[in-house]
Amino acid sequence: MRKIKLKILEKKPSLFTRLTLGILMFLLAASLAYAVWSLPTQALGLSAEVAKNVEMSGVSNPVTAVLLNYRSYDTLLELGVLLLALFGVWSLGGVSANKSSFVNPILDFLSRFLVPVFILFSGYLLWVGGFAPGGAFQAGAVLAAAGVLLFLNDWQLERKYSGFSLRFVLVLGLVLFVAIGFGFVFLDRVFLEYPPQLAGGLILLIEAAATLSIGISLAALFLGRDPSVKSDSKIDTGVHK
Amino acid sequence: MEEISILLLFDVLVGLTLVWLAWQTLSSLDLFRAIVLFIAFGLLMALAWVRLNAPDVALAEATIGAGLTGALFLSALAQLSASTKRKDEENKIENS
Repeated sequence: MRKIKLKILEKKPSLFTRLTLGILMFLLAASLAYAVWSLPTQALGLSAEVAKNVEMSGVSNPVTAVLLNYRSYDTLLELGVLLLALFGVWSLGGVSANKSSFVNPILDFLSRFLVPVFILFSGYLLWVGGFAPGGAFQAGAVLAAAGVLLFLNDWQLERKYSGFSLRFVLVLGLVLFVAIGFGFVFLDRVFLEYPPQLAGGLILLIEAAATLSIGISLAALFLGRDPSVKSDSKIDTGVHK
Repeated sequence: MEEISILLLFDVLVGLTLVWLAWQTLSSLDLFRAIVLFIAFGLLMALAWVRLNAPDVALAEATIGAGLTGALFLSALAQLSASTKRKDEENKIENS
């Protein structure tokens, strides 16, 4: 691999700039340190409230309860942000496929062994999120890691799946989340409020869909282009002649 | 008492190494080195989250922060080096 260096940093800025920046940074660090030191040592926070109501949330892991029930709006928006990021990457036209004819046999062997384990582990993280550390984002990231391994081995998504099917899975998490959130609005509840007796199942359903969407989105971000666009038709962005 | 002081020493060491790694990552002129340092930073950060009793955040940091972001950076660097190589070759042809 060729070494790429940041040319912009090779010229040192003037003493005045460095001094000014140094003073500003020192002031920032000092105010941050002051803020941290003046924090109350015995903060009440909302953890008592969370612990008190965790039985109503449908899960016993307080983190999952916060992410998928009390503050599920944040998680919903996170899914939206991830999807938007992918749209952004795709709309740039994508990079030309990195055709490497050489596939490392060790990597090939290892990923045949590891990808099923990753998928299994992703399912485990999703399931365990209800009562122990885990959850949709972690499970999705492990799923995406399986995808990255496959892409490193020149694996390609079959063309018949790269159109509608791929897009369906990509938006599934967000659509299901919004649909369930709005569904109960018609049953005299507020947006994203679940009835306590159904909450556990609903959270698992949303998390399962979100895991799929997150995993496929992150893997697609690694690929860096829309797989339904022909990879050999190089899109010239016009940046270089 | 002995055990607490050892853990405290470990925490201080992790904290200092994190700051040092962050500085090295930001000030490195070689982008490949910066990415490797960034991944190391992410993994150590995950350890710090575990020490702060936040295993959920630690999991997310290790998988997304260190693993996937690192892979994304490396693939971007490969694309970048391929495109600058192409540009250099084109410049060479133009100059000759």
